[in-house]
Amino acid sequence: MPYLSLAIWVPIVAGIVVLAVGRDRDPGVARWIALFGALSGLLVTLPLWLHFDSGTSSMQFVEIADWVPRFDIHYFLGVDGISMLFVLLNSLMTLLVVWAGWEVIEKRVAQYMAAFLIQSGLINGAFAALDAILFYAFFEAMLIPMYLIIGVWGGPNRVYAAVKFFLYTLLGSLLMLVGFIYLYNVSETFSLLEWYQLPLSLGVQLLLFVAFFLSFAVKVPMWPVHTWLPDAHVEAPTGGSVILAAITLKIGAYGFIRFILPILPDASRYLSGFVITLSLVAVVYIGFVALMQSDMKKLIAYSSISHMGFVTLGLFLFSQLGVEGALVQMISHGFVSAAMFLCVGVMYDRMHSRLIEDYGGVVNTMPKFAAFMMLFAMANAGLPATSGFVGEFLVIVAAVKASFWLGFAAATTLILGSAYTLWMYKRVIFGEVANERVRQLADVTRREFWLLATLAALVLAMGVYPKPFIDVMHASVADLLAHVAQSKL
Amino acid sequence: MLTPSLLPVLPEIILLVAACTVLLVDAFLPDGQRHVGFWLTQLALFAGSWATLTTFEPEPVLALGALFIDDMLSDLLKFFSYFVVSLMLFYSRAYLTARGLFRGETFVLTLFSLLGMMVMISANSFLTLYLGLELQALSLYAMVAMHRTSNDASEAAMKYFVLGALASGMLLYGMSMVYGATGSLDLHRIAQAVLGGAGNRVILVFGLVFVVSGIAFKLGAAPYHMWLPDVYHGAPTAVTLLIGTAPKLAAFAFMLRLLGVALSGLEFDWQGMLMVLSLMSMILGNVIAIAQSNIKRMLAYSTIANMGFMLLGFLAANLNGYSAAMFYVVAYVITSLASFGVVLLLSREGFEADRIDDFRGLNQRSPWWAFVMLLVMFSLAGIPPTVGFYAKFSVLEAAVNAGFTWLAVVAVLASVIGAFYYLRIVKLMYFDDAVDAEPIDARLDNRVLLSVNGLALLLFGILPQPLMGLCVVALLQSGFL
Repeated sequence: MPYLSLAIWVPIVAGIVVLAVGRDRDPGVARWIALFGALSGLLVTLPLWLHFDSGTSSMQFVEIADWVPRFDIHYFLGVDGISMLFVLLNSLMTLLVVWAGWEVIEKRVAQYMAAFLIQSGLINGAFAALDAILFYAFFEAMLIPMYLIIGVWGGPNRVYAAVKFFLYTLLGSLLMLVGFIYLYNVSETFSLLEWYQLPLSLGVQLLLFVAFFLSFAVKVPMWPVHTWLPDAHVEAPTGGSVILAAITLKIGAYGFIRFILPILPDASRYLSGFVITLSLVAVVYIGFVALMQSDMKKLIAYSSISHMGFVTLGLFLFSQLGVEGALVQMISHGFVSAAMFLCVGVMYDRMHSRLIEDYGGVVNTMPKFAAFMMLFAMANAGLPATSGFVGEFLVIVAAVKASFWLGFAAATTLILGSAYTLWMYKRVIFGEVANERVRQLADVTRREFWLLATLAALVLAMGVYPKPFIDVMHASVADLLAHVAQSKL
Repeated sequence: MLTPSLLPVLPEIILLVAACTVLLVDAFLPDGQRHVGFWLTQLALFAGSWATLTTFEPEPVLALGALFIDDMLSDLLKFFSYFVVSLMLFYSRAYLTARGLFRGETFVLTLFSLLGMMVMISANSFLTLYLGLELQALSLYAMVAMHRTSNDASEAAMKYFVLGALASGMLLYGMSMVYGATGSLDLHRIAQAVLGGAGNRVILVFGLVFVVSGIAFKLGAAPYHMWLPDVYHGAPTAVTLLIGTAPKLAAFAFMLRLLGVALSGLEFDWQGMLMVLSLMSMILGNVIAIAQSNIKRMLAYSTIANMGFMLLGFLAANLNGYSAAMFYVVAYVITSLASFGVVLLLSREGFEADRIDDFRGLNQRSPWWAFVMLLVMFSLAGIPPTVGFYAKFSVLEAAVNAGFTWLAVVAVLASVIGAFYYLRIVKLMYFDDAVDAEPIDARLDNRVLLSVNGLALLLFGILPQPLMGLCVVALLQSGFL
C-alpha cells in the first residue's frame, strides 16, 4: 500500500470534498466531513508506525515515479526514523485542530476546515518528499492555506501578520530554490539521497549554506529572523497557532536535518559556532523577552522560539545525544506548545482577551482546566516526568560534553523557562478572583476536556517512557551523523 | 524544402477570407443579429485550427519564395493563438454588448490582428516579419480607440499609435542596417552571413541595438514599457485582454526568429542587452506595481515584470533557455487570460470593476471566482502548485544553467517584491468584507470556459510535463539545438 501517498492525498481530497459540499448555512455537514477526513488521515498514517523497521537507517515506504522528466524531477517519497514521527504528529494535530475548532469557528466553517485539511496533506508531503523540487512544491504550497487561515479567521491585526508571514518565508525559500537549481546543474538530479554523496567545494557549500539557512532559519525561527512568529501567533486563530507552533516550525528544523547537515557537512561544521551562538541567543535572550510579555499568546510564541533554539543547538553539537535530544524536543514541543495554545484558546473563547492582566484566580471557577494547564506549564518549563524534560536534558548533557560553558548557558533555559511559564500561570490561574467576568467562567466542556486529556496523556507518556520514540530514530540519527562526519571536499 | 504549394499558408488564407466575409455579412445584419458575426468568427478560428492541424508536418516547410516558414514552432504557437482569441471573444461578449462594441468591426479587427500575429509567427524574412507586425499593431491601435466616447481610450490609442510607430521605425532602421551589412532579408541567409563573418561588425551591432529596442517595445520590457500601463488602462477591458495575451506569443516568435535565428551569431552582444532589459523590467515592473490602485494598471506592470522573467530564460541562448522562455510565455498567457476574464466577469453595464477595491470581499460574493482569482494571483507570483511556479522554475534553471546564477538571485528577490501586490489582491478578496452586493452573473459558456481556464492553471502546475515537453519538441523540430 502507498501509505505515504495516502497520508498526503487523503486529507487533501477530504479538504476538497469539504469545500465542495460545505455550505455556510449548514456548517454541521462540513464539520463532520472534516472530522471524518482528519480521522482517516490519521488512520492511514498508523501503518507507518506499525510496519516501521527501526533497525535500518535507509528510507522506508519508498514510492518513486516520474513527475517532470524534462528536469528529472520525481514523485519520490520515503520516510526514515526522523521524518516518520513528524508525519504522525502532523496527522494527529490536524485531527485535534479540526476538533478544537468545532463550535468556536462560526464564520465560513467549510473553508476553515478545508484549509487545515489541505495544509495537513501538504505538510505530510514536505516531510515525506525525497526529491528537492517535490519538497519545495509542498513547502511553498502550504503557505497558501496558512496565509488564509491567519488572514480570514485571525485577530485585529491579521492582515499585517499574514503578509509578513508569507513574505518572510517566501524570501528565504526562493533563495533555496536557486540553491536547488544550482545543485541540479552540478549533479543532474534532484534526488536528495544522491545529493548526500555529491562532492562540493567549501566555497560552494558556504554559499549554499547561506541560501538554505535563510530559508530554514526563518521557518524555525531563529533569532534574529524570528519577528514574524509573535505576530503570526498572536493574530492567528487558535487552530492556526497550534499548527504553526506544533508543525510548521518543525519543518524548519527538519530542513536542517534533511538538507543542510548531510548535503553541506563541511560548511555545517565550519559554521557550527555561528549557529550555536544564534541558538544560545535565542535560548537566553528570547527567554528574557518572554518574561516581559503581557499577552499570553505572545509569551508562548517567544517561549517557542526559545525552545526551538534548543533544537538548533542540539543539532549543531553533532553528537548522537544532541541530535536525539533535539528531535525529542521537537516532538515534545509539538505536544506542549499545541496544548498551551489550546489552553489560551479555551480562555480566549470565554473572555475574548489574551492579556494576562485581565485574568486572575481562574482556578476558582475552572478547576479542571487549571489542573490541565498546570501540567502543560510544567512540561513547558521542563519538569521531569513530562516530555519537556527529556529533550532538554539530552541536549544539555550533549552540550556539557562539548563544553562546560555551553552546557551552562543552555541550562539557564531551565530557570528562565520555569520563570516565565510559571509566573504567567500564577498570575492567570491563582490568587483571588480578579473580576466579575472571571467569576462567571464555566469550566471546560466535554470536547475541551478530551482534547486536553489526549495531549496530557501524550505529554506524560513521552516524559515517563521516551524509549519507543528514541528507538525509532536511533539508526537514522547515527546515519545522519555519519554523513556529517564525512567530508565532501 | 521549398514548395510552390500554398498549403502551408492555408490557415492564413482562411482567416483572411473569414475576416472579409465577416465584414461583408455584418454590413447586412440588423442590430439584434450581431451574434452571427460572433459565431462566424468562432467558426473561422475553428477552421484555422483545423487547417493548422491537417497541414501539420514535423519538418519545416518553406513557402512563398522562402518568405514564409511553417514549422512545428509556428504551428504550436498559432494553435495557442486561436485558442486564446476564441476564449477572449467568449469572455468579453457580455462586456462588449453592454458597451455597444459587440459589432462586426470588433470581430474583423480581431481577426486581422490575429492574422498579423500568425504572419509574424511564421515569418522567414525581415519583410514578412515587419508586415505581420504592422498588420497586428494597426488592428490593435484601432481596437483600443474603438470605444469612441471614452477619453481614456482615445488617449491610450494615441499614445499607443505614436510610440508604436516610433518603435516600428527603430526596428525598421535596425533591419536596414543588418540588411546593409549582410545583403539579405532572408533570416537563414542572414544567419549564415553573420556566422561566416561577412559584413561590418560595427554596423551589425549598431543595427542589433535598434532591433532589440523594437522587440523590447513590442514585449513591453523596461525601459520601453511606457505605453503599456496607459494602453492597458485606457483600452476597453476586452481589448486589454487581447493585447495582454496573444501578441505575447507572437512577440516571442518574433524575438526568436530575429535573435535566435537571424542574429544568433551576435549572441554575446544581445545577451548583454537582454540582461539589462530583463533586470530593469523585473525590478521596475514589480516595484511600481505595488503603487497601483487600478487592477488593469497593476496587471500591466505585472506584465512588464513577467516579460523580464521571460527574457531571463531567453538570454541563455540555447534550447534549454528558449524552451523555458516559450513555456513561460504560454503559462503567462493562460494566466493573463484568466485574470482579465475575471475582471470582465465582474464588470457590468456602466461599471468597469477595474479598481483593485472592486475585488473587496469577492469570497463572500462568490467563493468560486475568488478561488479562480486566487489561483491567478499565486500563479503570477510563482507559488506552487500553479503553473506559474514551473514557469519561473524553468527560466531560473535556464539562467543558472547558462552561468547567470547572480541574475537568478536578483530575479527571485524581485519576485518576492512582486508577491506583495499579488497577495494584496488575495487579501482584499478573502480578508475584507464585500461592499458591492450585486450578484455576479454571466452566460453559461463564459462561466464554464473561465472555470476550465482557472483549473488549467492548477492542472499545468501539477502536471507540467506535457506542455514543457511540447515546447522542447517544437523547438527541436524547428531546428533549434
